Amino acid sequence: MELFWYTMIAIVLAVFFILDGYDFGTGIIHLFFAKKEKDKEVIAKAAGLFWDSNEVWLVAAGGLLFMAFPTFYASVFSGFYLPLIIVLWFIIFRAIGLELRSQFNFQMWKDIWDKSFGVSSLLLTLFFGIALGNVVRGVNLGGVENGVSAYEAHYFFLPLWNSSFSPEGTHPGVIDWFTIVIGIIAVVTLSIHGANWIILKTESSINEKLKSVVFKLNIALLLLTIFSVSIWHIIKPQPFSNFIESPLLFIFPMIYLSGLFGTFLVKKFKKDVYAFACSSLIIVGGITSSLASMFPVILPSTNSVNESLTIYNTAASEYGLSVALGWGIVGFALLLVYFIVQKRLMGGKVDKMDYGH
Amino acid sequence: MDDMIFYDRLQFAFTITFHYIFPQLTMGLSLMIVYFKWKYLRTKLERYNNAAKFFMKIFAINFTMGVVTGIPMEFQFGTNWAKFSELTGGIIGQTLAMEGLFSFFLESSFLALFIFGEKLMGQKLHFLTGFLVFLGSWASGYFILATNSWMQNPVGYEILENGKYVLTNFSALFSNPWLIPAFLHNQFASVVTSSFVVAAIGAFYVLRNKNLEYGKLFLKTGVIFGFVSSMLVAVPTGDWNAKNVAKFQPAAFAAMEGIFETEEAGAEIVLIGQPNMVEKKIDNKIAVPNILSFLTYQDWNKQIPGMDQFTKEELPDNIPALYYSYHIMVGLGTIFIGLMGLALLFLWRRKLYTMNTLLWGIMFAFPFPYIANITGWYVAELGRQPYLVYGLLKTVDGISPTVSSGNTLFTLLGFVGLYMLLGLLFLVLVGKTIHKGPETQTH
Ligand code: HDD
Ligand code: HEM
Ligand code: HEM
Repeated sequence: MELFWYTMIAIVLAVFFILDGYDFGTGIIHLFFAKKEKDKEVIAKAAGLFWDSNEVWLVAAGGLLFMAFPTFYASVFSGFYLPLIIVLWFIIFRAIGLELRSQFNFQMWKDIWDKSFGVSSLLLTLFFGIALGNVVRGVNLGGVENGVSAYEAHYFFLPLWNSSFSPEGTHPGVIDWFTIVIGIIAVVTLSIHGANWIILKTESSINEKLKSVVFKLNIALLLLTIFSVSIWHIIKPQPFSNFIESPLLFIFPMIYLSGLFGTFLVKKFKKDVYAFACSSLIIVGGITSSLASMFPVILPSTNSVNESLTIYNTAASEYGLSVALGWGIVGFALLLVYFIVQKRLMGGKVDKMDYGH
Repeated sequence: MDDMIFYDRLQFAFTITFHYIFPQLTMGLSLMIVYFKWKYLRTKLERYNNAAKFFMKIFAINFTMGVVTGIPMEFQFGTNWAKFSELTGGIIGQTLAMEGLFSFFLESSFLALFIFGEKLMGQKLHFLTGFLVFLGSWASGYFILATNSWMQNPVGYEILENGKYVLTNFSALFSNPWLIPAFLHNQFASVVTSSFVVAAIGAFYVLRNKNLEYGKLFLKTGVIFGFVSSMLVAVPTGDWNAKNVAKFQPAAFAAMEGIFETEEAGAEIVLIGQPNMVEKKIDNKIAVPNILSFLTYQDWNKQIPGMDQFTKEELPDNIPALYYSYHIMVGLGTIFIGLMGLALLFLWRRKLYTMNTLLWGIMFAFPFPYIANITGWYVAELGRQPYLVYGLLKTVDGISPTVSSGNTLFTLLGFVGLYMLLGLLFLVLVGKTIHKGPETQTH
């Protein structure tokens, strides 16, 4: 039952990063590449029409996590207090940027909200990557100092960074060079994803240019991937033990790689949808591979006093998880229906849709 | 420890109060939009359709604000109330996760379709999407109240040795006797807010002699909805809630009614007066004997325990705030019935649209339902103190063990600043939409 909910939450999270990921990425592209007003407008629209229904996936992932793994939720949310609240603020700035830019028709107003949208998207993506990096690397559970826990064994509190910026040792900070690398990977990945979305959904004048940008970013992603895999052993002594034990798990890195190599063919694709599908594979593969390499741990402990948090020692009761299964199935089935209805009615390029207000 | 809990509570109170400004309008408004759209299907008069679309624009702005201020609420359970989340997450996580899965998705998916899809879908389907938006927003009210009701009156649980609460009976969460009265009261109260807003916009147009056709329509609809919902908020639902508080939280009841001393037989109802915590009495009291006992138990002489029957630990920690909040809510509720009743009378006599004084009154009345709603929640939440889960878990024992008060103070200030900006922008947007008015051209 724990495994079932773990899988479901992973799926919801992956969907969130595919969906909201493209509008984060759209923001980053908007910040760096959109120059003409007309492009800025359609690109903002390519995100603006969809962000709020995409963000619901975050709310759902949060709710499900709370229900199924309350101890993990409590530990992680209070432990990463400051970064999380700052993420919230960026979420708000991004949203108001999108909603407000087209409200008044003078340049300074638009510039302010464009920047608010773009910069927040960039920093949010970086922070989400850093968060993933932290979860993979682990934290000093229990706040151990000289072999003594300062808190209960499953709580922690990290400084934003420590003086050495190093992921090694018992006392890492939120930001160190490893988590920054993961953050940059996230930024590159979502930029590719966002660019693909713009190409798919708009007729902006920079679409052709974006295709070559995607190509270059993909080379960067390949290099970063090789780099991060080669240093993985620093944060986890036997990084591939899970994969070696159950080779079936190799399917996740394969998904990642097929997305990555698929993206190199972007210029040849007749249908822009394929490119978008490839970058979605990168996202899904990336998240699932990281989770698979840790399983069943969901938050490693960097000290030897307190044990890591796993899906088993943080889960809610068996009864709770099984009743949730009942309504969960109904809920997910409904979701699928909405999704299909929505996609059928809202397909096509956004340039021609008139936006409510 | 003391200032930690203080900042945690202050931040939660501030962010939830701000959040609740938006859902109360969207929940009520969605019902009225469904009504307008339904009228359009029946009458084929273009103005009903335009009214529905106009209010959906206002709805959309509020919805966005609801989303961006709601995500911090969900996060705060973990960030600021980690111990509470850890211990009770297995129970209230159920209702919160259901809210996400069943209502937010419904609402947000079909909102987009309502706004963009009219031409694609045809009128019947367009009505249906509007109806689903309404369903989603009321369902989210239902699930969040199921969550809150469990905190007010915990049911279907068992406490393990390590202090964790585990769910033992899922359906008990929904048959909680606290839930249905609270849900109905809260939903009708949100209809009060939306009808006052609709009526105020109508009054504004009529007084300015602009968009007259819509001004009259909004006024008429707002007044009728406003009168009916104001009545329903008081009886039966308000009364029903009060009986529940008397039954399940007698200490909170004594404090909100301002009964310091238990009377031999039959408690009086305090209409006006200021609680004096030093001398333990109500100053400048105006009260009617025996009424409270009658209202609560239909028995003029039934004894109702006063605050003297409880120890300091059992009583809410901020009695004056609780008392004032309750009296403001009930007082405003009475005024709403009066105002809307009067307006309805003049509407019926066909004089409303020329009664300028009354129209000014209606135009400036719209903030008060917001105040009534928020003070109502203060009654519920302050009355629950000093417990987080009534009778079981103290609020102090729910906070995050690792977050220091300095951090919370910093984020609280951040929220205050950001929300001020957000509130300002929100007003500008809504103002602009109202100023522009409904689209009059037909397609
Ligand atoms: C327009 C808003 C509004 C108005 C006019 C009223 N209420 Fe109310 N009341 C609310 C809005 C509200 C609320 C915000 O919606 C609450 C908070 C929790 C809830 O379920 O509804 C609430 C809660 C609430 C409670 C529960 C407190 C608790 O949970 O401890 C009681 C006993 C009443 N109300 C009683 C009344 C009575 C007797 C009214 C007579 C006119 C009244 N309310 C008018
Ligand atoms: C229905 C969903 C709600 C839930 C689950 C909820 C939950 C909570 C929690 C966990 C706290 C912090 C612990 C505590 O102080 O007891 C709290 C406090 C508070 N809430 Fe609510 N709340 C809800 C709705 C509201 C609304 C709509 C308002 C106001 C508009 C509100 C006003 C407050 C206030 C003022 C406090 C601080 C009380 C105090 O600490 O003295 N709540 N609530
Ligand atoms: C502490 C308690 C609360 C939490 C954790 C919370 C959480 C949230 C979240 C995460 C959203 C955004 C959903 C989305 O993405 O669509 C939201 C919106 C919403 N909330 Fe709250 N909320 C709380 C209190 C309340 C209360 C008291 C009500 C009403 C009874 C309410 C009703 C709604 C509604 C109807 C929406 C949909 C957005 C809208 O229509 O404006 N919430 N809430």
